[in-house]
Amino acid sequence: MNPALRRMKDLPSTHLLGAGSAMCAGCGGLLALHEIYDLLGARTVFVNAASCMTLLASYPFTPFRGSWLYTAMASAPAGAQGVRDALDILIGQGRLPPEEDLTAVALTGDGAATGIGLSATSGAIDRGLDFIYLCYDNEGYGNTGQQSSPATPLGARTATSGGAHGHAASKKDLFAIWVAHRPVYAATVVGADPLDLARKIDKARALTGPRLIHALAPCPPGWSFDPAEAVEIGRLAVKTGVWPLKEYVDGKVVHTHVPHPRLPVEEYLKRQGRFRHLFEPERDVQVLARIQSQVDAYWAEVCA
Amino acid sequence: MRRLLTGNAAAAWGARLARADYVPAFPITPQTEIIELLAQWFDSGELRGRLTLLESEHSMLTAAAAAAATGVRVFTATSSQGLLYAMEMLYTVPGWRAPFVLVNVSRGLASPITLESDHNDVLAARDSGFLQFHCASCQEVVDSVLLAYRLAEDPRVRLPAIVNLDGFHLSFTREPVDLPTAEAAAAFLPPFESHGIGFRASRPVSQAVAVLGGSAYSYFRYETHLAAEQALAAHGAIAAEFAQRFGRPHEAVERYRSDDAEIVFFMIGAFATKAMDAVDRLREAGVAAGLVRPRLLRPYPAADLQRALAGRRAVAVIDQNLSVGKGGVLHGELASVLYGQPDAPLLASYVGGLGGRDISAEEFFQIARELQDAVLAGRVPPPRLLYTAGELRQMRNLQAIAAAPGIAGARA
Repeated sequence: MNPALRRMKDLPSTHLLGAGSAMCAGCGGLLALHEIYDLLGARTVFVNAASCMTLLASYPFTPFRGSWLYTAMASAPAGAQGVRDALDILIGQGRLPPEEDLTAVALTGDGAATGIGLSATSGAIDRGLDFIYLCYDNEGYGNTGQQSSPATPLGARTATSGGAHGHAASKKDLFAIWVAHRPVYAATVVGADPLDLARKIDKARALTGPRLIHALAPCPPGWSFDPAEAVEIGRLAVKTGVWPLKEYVDGKVVHTHVPHPRLPVEEYLKRQGRFRHLFEPERDVQVLARIQSQVDAYWAEVCA
Repeated sequence: MRRLLTGNAAAAWGARLARADYVPAFPITPQTEIIELLAQWFDSGELRGRLTLLESEHSMLTAAAAAAATGVRVFTATSSQGLLYAMEMLYTVPGWRAPFVLVNVSRGLASPITLESDHNDVLAARDSGFLQFHCASCQEVVDSVLLAYRLAEDPRVRLPAIVNLDGFHLSFTREPVDLPTAEAAAAFLPPFESHGIGFRASRPVSQAVAVLGGSAYSYFRYETHLAAEQALAAHGAIAAEFAQRFGRPHEAVERYRSDDAEIVFFMIGAFATKAMDAVDRLREAGVAAGLVRPRLLRPYPAADLQRALAGRRAVAVIDQNLSVGKGGVLHGELASVLYGQPDAPLLASYVGGLGGRDISAEEFFQIARELQDAVLAGRVPPPRLLYTAGELRQMRNLQAIAAAPGIAGARA
């Protein structure tokens, strides 16, 4: 661990990412991005896929001090590939001084990361592309009004899963998909735990190769909670074990925080309107039990 | 240096002579030979830079444009289904104003899935913002790649370009090709100039950002269109310089024995050479026939076409494509620039040569007869889909086999 990142007061307070963007109040993705950008800095080019954050850079404004390239929903990793290859060629042939180099960062939502862009992601990891993939995960197609995505959790009500029991499938495991590719680094983070996040970004930026930063992004309009509660929701995701904080490095998965005692998942679920139908008008005992048992099973395996 | 080269090898040589820095690639028949050759040259050091195999054409086009936007000279190639798989990016990247060259080796589109050539693939990219060159010979392929880089990188233009060649008929046909020396190619095509476009630590930029509202959107769309229009004049000057350096004129519109022709065939691509042969034989028989062939399809050389066809009596547009429910694409395009022009010819529409289907000399003669009749009658014949009675008989045989009871049926 970087000894410079022991306590909260060791975190940078540069606020490199400008304010006044088009994101929603209380956006958990933006919170994480603020924290991450302070550490990655402006010597970056953010290669973006269609998502909420596409509107961060709206002509003629951008909150980024560094560079930005919008691509399309499915191919941000391929855009990062083109930028990386071109910089390598220019620097390798002496046509560009090495100090002009940049880190390529693919910035996508969970829809691109777990669905339409998965093939491009898999290809980029497979090629050993030197890039950071930053996925802010609001567990649905947030920009279009929170339809179910592959990252939507079991039981959540979305614009396309409005039935009595909410979303019928379980959340696709993006972290495990990355780990199966044996990348140089993968980590889950949440803006509500800035110290854990900072240590992981610090570790990631020192490495070369494909690196995943998967940030849970509590989404006030999509998950239906008051923007003021965004940080608390993020904390509860960790404390209930719903969002495990972990990293994959040197071929091993390590949990950077094991919640103990672990709160019941209901403490997390009941604070969000997207799960209200599990409590009102009557408790959906079956779905609640399934969610709790999935989380229990996960941690039983971790702690075995 | 004169060598026997396939159309694919000529395309690869074009990229080599252009000193392409970067080739994002994905294999597809009948294009694959191009990227295999380039891969060999990167491996052997005959080309400096990098070839990266992507996992799809959509990613390939994204990487190509992202690299061009970072400041290197990019070459890539695809065909047919691959071009369509990349279509979202094909329409996206011209607006980045980061020029590069894409070779498309034309091949008919599914369904049914097939391998041989027609032009529906490249015409699907017609409105994308890519410039389009259409080749009729292997010599033209290598020359057009060099011309395409010069035009695409011109400060007045700054748009990506497609160089199209016909699958099989050109891609796998060996022809003698005069290869410019590396020095001569370098004198014609200077090193890549990024004109300030590129990602640098000292110079942060935002590229391809979103706009909100139709006004800003329209502005940037019009800018791209006007740049493509400026490519017409720029092409004239660049082609003239090319002719002076290499002795091969490649005008936007090729006119073959058409200046004094009464009837004219109008085609793009390799099958136009079949039309040339038909023109020679018609001339021997006393028919004043000619061929007009646009090499440049985007920007559309409207004024050149109006001049080339003014005073001709009748034109047969032979489309190797099919806009389902409309007909030949090139026919409609040509009609739009001839309508209302003084001395405009009668314009007839023929669709043929789909999926590599031949267009025979007899068919050209038949078309010529129909044009002559149209001139006499002063009336345009209805559009025709070229298909012979013999082909239909063969097709009926195939259908009989397809419908025959199989083993299960025989048992029952």
